[in-house]
Amino acid sequence: MAGPAAAAEDAAFDAAAVIEIAEGLRGLEGPLLPILHAVNDRLGHVDARAVPLIADILNLSRAEVHGVVGFYHDFRRAPAGRHRVQVCRAEACQAMGGEALVQQLERRFGIPCGQTTADRQVTLEAVYCLGNCALSPAAMVDGALVGRADGERIAAAIAGRAP
Amino acid sequence: MIRVFVPGDAAALSVGAEAVARAIAAEAAARGIAVTLVRTGSRGLFWLEPLVEVERAGVRIGYGPVAAADVKGLFDAGFLAGGAHPAALGPVEAIPYLARQQRLTFARCGIVDPASLADYEAHGGLKGLRRALAMEPAAIVAAVTESGLRGRGGAGFPTGIKWRTVLGAEGPRKYIVCNADEGDSGTYSDRLLMEGDPFCLIEGMAIAGIAVGAEKGFVYIRSEYPHAFRRMQAAIETARVGGLLGADILGSGRAFELEARLGAGAYICGEETALLESLEGRRGQIRFKPPLPAISGLFGRPTVINNLITLATVPSILADGADAYRDYGIGRSRGTMPIQLAGNVRHGGLVERAFGLTLGELVEEFGGGTASGRPVRAVQVGGPLGAYWPTALFDTPLDYEAFAARGGMVGHGGVVVFDDTVDLARQARFAFQFCAIESCGKCTPCRIGAVRGAETMDKVIRGDAPEANLTLVRDLCEVMRDGSLCALGGLTPMPVLSAIDHFPEDFDRAAQSCAAD
Repeated sequence: MAGPAAAAEDAAFDAAAVIEIAEGLRGLEGPLLPILHAVNDRLGHVDARAVPLIADILNLSRAEVHGVVGFYHDFRRAPAGRHRVQVCRAEACQAMGGEALVQQLERRFGIPCGQTTADRQVTLEAVYCLGNCALSPAAMVDGALVGRADGERIAAAIAGRAP
Repeated sequence: MIRVFVPGDAAALSVGAEAVARAIAAEAAARGIAVTLVRTGSRGLFWLEPLVEVERAGVRIGYGPVAAADVKGLFDAGFLAGGAHPAALGPVEAIPYLARQQRLTFARCGIVDPASLADYEAHGGLKGLRRALAMEPAAIVAAVTESGLRGRGGAGFPTGIKWRTVLGAEGPRKYIVCNADEGDSGTYSDRLLMEGDPFCLIEGMAIAGIAVGAEKGFVYIRSEYPHAFRRMQAAIETARVGGLLGADILGSGRAFELEARLGAGAYICGEETALLESLEGRRGQIRFKPPLPAISGLFGRPTVINNLITLATVPSILADGADAYRDYGIGRSRGTMPIQLAGNVRHGGLVERAFGLTLGELVEEFGGGTASGRPVRAVQVGGPLGAYWPTALFDTPLDYEAFAARGGMVGHGGVVVFDDTVDLARQARFAFQFCAIESCGKCTPCRIGAVRGAETMDKVIRGDAPEANLTLVRDLCEVMRDGSLCALGGLTPMPVLSAIDHFPEDFDRAAQSCAAD
């Protein structure tokens, strides 16, 4: 997996998109999180080079924006893999073998939770509760919930076959 | 035309409801049968999902769980005409799990089309708001106070008192904030309501706005709920077009606007002041109190911040009267509570009942024991900060004070069931670990204590001087409980100490390894 620094150097950076997003949303009350979400969604992560641009438009210090990017789990500092697999590690899923599922997925993809496969196809992440606790263990693949999750159902969801 | 109902709720979709809906539409078309497919929310009977309902003579007959592969067989069996099939459940309302509930807040969930404002109104929606619009603000607040409604997010603070403070606060601008940052494991009632009956929340927030003089509201939804967020955004837009929101709500001359906002993956933002910081665009770190948010909340303005279920309960209180709501419940816990059965439970789902039924009735009679078929060993009530209890405490009635008296809490109503394979020492360690991951870092007992707690629990689990280390864990819990700024650090000791006190055998690792030898 490429580190954040390498990714930042390698990848082209679309400053115009960041500026367009920030200018478009600056009129909201409390615009920073909506802007960061929009940048994260459109560009796949919040590049370090986006921070001063957003700070300038919102009349904030770079430190204030950087601090917010770093605080929240959602804002990525480097691009994720093509598919994002979030697997729940909270109590209701633990009660139904959620930890065994995590280990199974780590073996299947050959990466620990929090990393991306070398072919950049899959990013595996821990999440604490997806609100599907009566159908646990639960996972989310590219934003879609998978209930009574197991390795096969998650692989099917990655392959685009809905649950 | 025959109406067939298939949930579009995220949980139902997670086990194949979309494929079922498509298969029904395709099969009906192939057979030349005219069918109206209605996408509802979920009834909350999750072991039956995907639950398909067919309307016959005004009664909805259930079939579940249905897989897409079953659909052809259902048509062959004549399910549209009530034909017999192994998945047939009879009238849905008569399923004992549902028939034994008292659904006030969730009265429409799973029944109505959540995208239709007309359907909402046809099922009793907007009655509360219409009544509120004809009342003085103080009278609305008095009704909420008299209903006995308390905050359903977990703290159980009387809602009417909070509203009265905001009503009395001076200011040109006030806010209503809905806390839909439902981060507790084992809870999903907020999600269920947003996806099944979103106008109910919008109506509740509009009533709150009229009551305290606020013209702007925010719904802060956790980002783990993308489906609910989209549903809520669509409902807000529909409500705006339908005149339920905007400059002149329902032609009253009163204004109320609403925005849905997305969290960004931080459990701590379920704490009300951290949520306000997050909405303002800052790190989700908690604020010192006082000042209370009711006096100085969002952007420093007087703010009502309530849990989603609290706000969604207000329409029924206004519609049917404070007395009708207060007549449910026991002691100081009035009304109904939506309990969520989760984890290793056979019949996981939402149970809305008046306060007063016991934990045992919930887990055994509604839940039907464990999904694994093994004995129930522990339940955790109230999320990751709630206590682990043995079955010996199953006689505890659902009541804020009764739970507190036994060292637990009702919280947001999540009940996570564990069978006899659970290791409570590992669960205690997880409580510290979760606190360490999610701590906002503002106060030392929580930020450092959680890390030290997990490390010390590791020693206990390894059998490294367990007695001395458990004494350390207890000391640490005392510091966290008394010294933390908010409930995250302050309540992490609850799962830890309840596990140690009720399940001491799991912490005696030396004895365990001897027994293993």
